[in-house]
Amino acid sequence: MAHDVRVVIRTDADVVTARQEARTIGASLGFSSTDLTLLATAISEVARNITTYAGEGEVALRVLSEAGRDGIEVVASDSGPGIADVELAMQDGYTTGNGLGLGLPGTRRLVDDFDLQTQPGVGTTIRLVKWTRA
Amino acid sequence: MAVPILKQGPWLIASIQAALTDTDVLRLQDDVMVQVGRFRSRGIIVDVTSLDVMDSFVSRSLRGIAHMTRLRGAETVIVGIQPEVAFAMVQLGMSFEDVHTALDLEEGLAFLQRQLAREPDAGGA
Repeated sequence: MAHDVRVVIRTDADVVTARQEARTIGASLGFSSTDLTLLATAISEVARNITTYAGEGEVALRVLSEAGRDGIEVVASDSGPGIADVELAMQDGYTTGNGLGLGLPGTRRLVDDFDLQTQPGVGTTIRLVKWTRA
Repeated sequence: MAVPILKQGPWLIASIQAALTDTDVLRLQDDVMVQVGRFRSRGIIVDVTSLDVMDSFVSRSLRGIAHMTRLRGAETVIVGIQPEVAFAMVQLGMSFEDVHTALDLEEGLAFLQRQLAREPDAGGA
């Protein structure tokens, strides 16, 4: 049975480790190849924000079980500068040139649940969940 | 791990072998730019067949390679984007509208040959 994993995020190599750990857990839960890729991509985005803006943080992976389906919860947390304007950060900036370019709107589309907690000067925690398809 | 870049006639072929870190991607950008000048290359193929994730950073960097090499007179084709990766890129909002892509290395080379043949002063192509 898959176990919970914490990956300390300091370097870009840690970003790769975090998404590979999620792939391993997801494969053991029976995630489709597409869903594994979506999850790995989402983790890459949130973990990269840690190395880019906070310098250091962690990605915690946990297996969830609910109503006959399994899921992977990803909690990416740091004690970095936080996000001052969450509304702006969640704007799709790629095509419009607005938004902060944190990749968060895109990341939200890759997963089933997305939750962002942030406080300027305190840090940022992003929680993602991807569920297996019944 | 550095991405090996092979010179094949007027082309450069960068074949990505393993999961790329950001550092690897930036190094690939630099290496391609240097080699385009050194070998006077007319086209570059970046083979991403073995990449299981193309996130916004990798996507932007590959687009950057395509744009920068074009300014040096060489066309870049990204080949081998896996179906799951393509799906994730679209969800993420990363479009490659202004970048040439092809199914695989063979198609990519055929594309570059056609581009070169189209040039009015293409020497014997």
